Formats: sequence, structure tokens, C-alpha cells
Amino acid sequence: MRAPARAALATDAELTPAERDRLLLRGAAADRATAYVALADHLLASIWTRSLVWWLLFGIAGLLSLLLVVAITYTVAVGIGTWGNNIPVAWAFAITDFVWWIGIGHAGTFISAFLLLLNQKWRASINRVAEAMTLFALVQAGLFPVLHLGRPWFAYWLIPYPATMGVWPNFKSSLPWDVAAVSTYFTVSLLFWYLGLVPDLASARDRVKGRARRMVYGVFALGWRGSGFEWQRYRVAYTILGGLATPLVISVHSVVSLDFSIAQLPGWHSTIFPPYFVVGAIYSGFAMVLLLLLPLRHAFGLQDVITEKHLENIAKLTLTTGLMLAYSYVMESFMAWYSGDLYERYMYLFARPLGPYAVVYWIMTLLNVATPQIFWWRRCRRSPVILFLASLGILAGMWLERFEIIVSSLNRDFLSSSWHFYFPTWVDLSLLAGSIGFFGLLFLLFVRYVPPVAISEVQELRYTLAHRSSEEAEHA
Amino acid sequence: MRDAAWPSGVYLAEFANADRFREALVRLREKGYTRLETYTPFPVPGTDGPLGLPRSRLPVAIFVIGLLGAIAAYAIQWYANAQSYPLNIGGRPPHAIPAFIVSTFEGTVLAASLAAFFGLFVVLRLPRLWHPVFEVDGFERATVDRFWIAIDARDRRSDAAMTARELDALGALRVVHLEQA
Repeated sequence: MRAPARAALATDAELTPAERDRLLLRGAAADRATAYVALADHLLASIWTRSLVWWLLFGIAGLLSLLLVVAITYTVAVGIGTWGNNIPVAWAFAITDFVWWIGIGHAGTFISAFLLLLNQKWRASINRVAEAMTLFALVQAGLFPVLHLGRPWFAYWLIPYPATMGVWPNFKSSLPWDVAAVSTYFTVSLLFWYLGLVPDLASARDRVKGRARRMVYGVFALGWRGSGFEWQRYRVAYTILGGLATPLVISVHSVVSLDFSIAQLPGWHSTIFPPYFVVGAIYSGFAMVLLLLLPLRHAFGLQDVITEKHLENIAKLTLTTGLMLAYSYVMESFMAWYSGDLYERYMYLFARPLGPYAVVYWIMTLLNVATPQIFWWRRCRRSPVILFLASLGILAGMWLERFEIIVSSLNRDFLSSSWHFYFPTWVDLSLLAGSIGFFGLLFLLFVRYVPPVAISEVQELRYTLAHRSSEEAEHA
Repeated sequence: MRDAAWPSGVYLAEFANADRFREALVRLREKGYTRLETYTPFPVPGTDGPLGLPRSRLPVAIFVIGLLGAIAAYAIQWYANAQSYPLNIGGRPPHAIPAFIVSTFEGTVLAASLAAFFGLFVVLRLPRLWHPVFEVDGFERATVDRFWIAIDARDRRSDAAMTARELDALGALRVVHLEQA
């Protein structure tokens, strides 16, 4: 039963002319003073703007996604013999893609959770995009290990459930750890992203035109009305969720790295792996954030919300993580030499820089170590074109790094008679290209249907900044 | 829920300016109003105090559920690998404590996060399809650029003529009176 609520409005008719004038004046002055409505509409614009460029990109991403569907169907129907990997290179493209995509996701959590706890206010205008990127990168990442099972329809065997077979996953292996880490990471990222979205979905509900769209946004906004009680409890839950997501930034890629470092294989068996993987993950993730933010900012005229200062901050973080990664490269080789172990020395000092994948090794080193050095210059940190190109370089470099770690370590086995040169098949390449396309497709849909900038957070930031400047003016 | 129902009605005042809104809220509190609620597009700093919100117990619930998640995750691994189906792999003990830590950690984070998310919506009584304030024309701007104060008519200080006048004097754009909600 709906209670009939009668809104007894103080309508114009009940007011004296003097009162009405006063009211109008107040309203006009207030509207001038707070342009929040313009800001909100500006940030919501992407969900009601149609553009040809969007459709063009959507078409390309859609075609690549179709390629992904074809490659998956072929793999599942025929088997993973269609991939290039074989003994001794049992892991190759699929695991490379998996590690690469998972890593990319890390920057989103870093920006949304780490920077939230550190009270870095500048995150407000980029956290939504970064979180969406995390979520979509994880969708791609999840595809590869499941397909790699060979019989993906038995993927549920990875979950500990009381099966009639009477067997359980072996938790002493690092692979079930991966399942736990990645599935937790995906779930927490999804919850965090959605919780952040709720107030903005309410704004969208209250601003979009058309009953159908209002109803859809209304359902997803869950009846949010922004009451004081709601906001207070919301901030409690949001901060705690941020605090819970923060250790995931460090733990997930550490767990992924354990897949390798627990194996007794030169090139994998190394204690530096967890921090080394995490740093590389955040590094590649920042590159992806830039790659997505730059066109978005340009397309929707968000230069006043996602400012050059934001780009500069991301560039600085990229430089920092890039330097940490370079340090890891040096230490990795140094420790191989210092260990005195014949096989370690061979792998790091001969097989990688001079072996069959030497080209990959040197391109990777150049891209990952040299590219971020341009961010020592302020002009490079602020130029969208340079940032865009540098991001592409870093992303390619990080993919090659994962490939280098996995394939070059495997292809030269302990027994030289089993050495094998790995080369990908068209299915491997289609899966990689298809996952990039599918990632793009999800991101384009996100931009089109979800407010890509956190409206309420930017409004709050604007209010706080306005206050700070007025207080400073008073003190001066 | 503070604004779940207003059986005796409610006064809703709309403000166009966050500062004026905040000042009005503080002044109303000073005047002795206690059953106050606000509706704002973003959490305006300095309004929690005047609203007199009790401290949230949500963190305690999240902590307890997180702890239960840790226990459950560890127990599953212990039962599966040490009790139900022990496998001898390289002579390692079936109850391998260090190997169980990773999934225990993940279980903790997962349970606590689910508790934070769903716990919040339990506390807020969301999702809900309808609320009395949605009937007010122009209220939809509360999520965009307008700031509203609601005074429950059951408030001891509340009085039909006086409350509306006071809200108006504090700079409200308009005052809406819902007689029953």
C-alpha cells in the first residue's frame, strides 16, 4: 500500500508579491553562487551524448570481441592443442595474458583504495574510470586460466565443495591460491565500484530524460536519496571497504607471482618476485589509466575536472614505479650472478639477453626502463600526446616482460635435447587481440551508460576547495 | 531508520546554497529541534554533529564477520587437506599451516567486504522503491544541487506556523509541508 502523501506546496498563489520577489532573488543568487547543477550535468553528459566516434570505436571493439568468441569456441571445441604451447613450454600466451591483465587491474585499486586511505583528494575525478578499468581487466584475466584448464566446463572443480568424487582442491599448491585471490579481488572490486556508484546513479535517475531510462537508473540507485544518515553510514562502509581493498593491491599479484616463484625453475624461483610483480602491475595499470583517461577527457571536455595536474600526478607515479621496476631487473640479474648457481647464471646472464628470445628481452628492457624516464621533464608529464604514446609503450613493454619471464625460462629446459622454440598460433594471437577488444567494448559501454566521474565526490571536493580558499582570503 | 516514516507529517525546506543550508541546520539545532534529517547531493562537512547521529556499529559487525570468514576459510582447508582427503605430496605434512595462510587471508577479506557492502544496505533499509520525499515536486534536485532539511512534525519544538516561518527566516527557498508521510 502506498501512503497517499499530499504535498502542500507553498505555491506562488499563496505568496504576497513582495515575498515572491524575495524568493526569486534568493533563488537566482543561489544559482549563481553554486553551479553544482551545471557540474553534475557536465559530468553526466557522456551518458546522453551520442557520437559518431563512439559508434566507430564500438564497431572495432565489437569485431575484436567477435574474434574472441571465435577463438574461444575453436579452443573449446578442438582443445588447447590449437595453441602454440607444448612441453617444455607448457605455459605461454594464455598465462602471459592472464598476468598482464591482472596487473593492469591493480592501478584501479591503488587509486581508489590506497589513495582514499591516504586522503589524496585528487583521486576523486579519476577513481571511477580506474575502478571500471580494474573490473574489466579482471574479466579478461579470468578467461585465460579457465580456458587453459583444457576442459573449462569443469572449472567449478577449483571451488572446494563436497563432491561425490570425494576429492578436494590441494591447498598446498599455489594454483588454488590464485583462484581464491583473483575471485576475491574481482568480488571486492565489484562491490567497491558499485557502492561508489550508488549516489551518482541517483543523480542520473534524477537528471535523465525519458521514463524508461529513469526507471532503469532508479532501480540501480536502490532508492538512494542522500539523507544525512545515509551519507554518514555510507562513508563508514566505503572507507572500510577501501581499507579492505588496500591489502589486495599488494596481495593479489604477490599470489600470482607465487605461481612462478614456488616452482624450482631458473628464472622463476626467486624471492624478489612478489614485490617485483606488484610494482610492475601498478606500473602497467597506470599506463592503462592514462590510455583510457586521455581520450575520455578529450571527448567529453573534462579538462577542468581531469586536469593537467591529475595527468602529472599519474605520470609521477608511473615514473616512481618504473624506477622500482628497473631496480628489480638489476637485482634479479645481480642475485643470479651472486648465487653462484650455474643454471641461475645461465638463465639470467646468457639465455635471456643472448638466447632465442633476446629480441623480446631488449625491446622489453628498452620500453620499460627508458620510457618512464621522459617523465623527469614537466612538459612530458603534462602533454596528452606524449603521455598517450608512453602508455602504449609501457603496456607493450609489460606484456613482453610477462612473456619473457614465462617463455624464456621454460624453453631452455635442464635437458638441452628438449629445448624448444615457442611460437604462437593464430588462436593465441586472436585471444590476445580479442581480449583487448572485449575490454574496450566493456569500457565503451561503461562510458555510455554509467557516470564516468564520481559526481558527488567532485562536488564535495569543489565545496571543500571553495571553503579553503575563502578561509584563506579571510585570514589574509 | 530516521526518516522511515513521518506519521504526523514533515516540514521540508529547500536550500540552494550549501553554506546557508549548514548554517540553518546548526541554528535549528540551537533552537532545540532534535528530529532533523538532511538530503544533500554530497556529504556536506560539519553536518554530522547537528544531526546528532549515533556512532555506527557497522565496523564491529564487519570485524566479526571478517573473523568468521578467516575461521571458515582455514577450517575448509584443514578439513579438505588434512582430514577428508590427505595427499602425501613430497612428504609435506597434510596440515600445512604456512600453505593455508593465503586462502585464509582471502577468505577474511571476502567475508568482511561482503559484510560491509550488504551490511550497509541492511542498515540503510535499501533498496526501496518509494519514499515520501519522492512525492515532492523538485525534490529530485536533492541529488544534484539542492540541499534539504526535514523536520519531523513530532519534534517537540515543531509547530505548524512557527516552524515554516523559522525555516523561511533561515533562508529556505521554499518550505513544503507533507501532512502525512
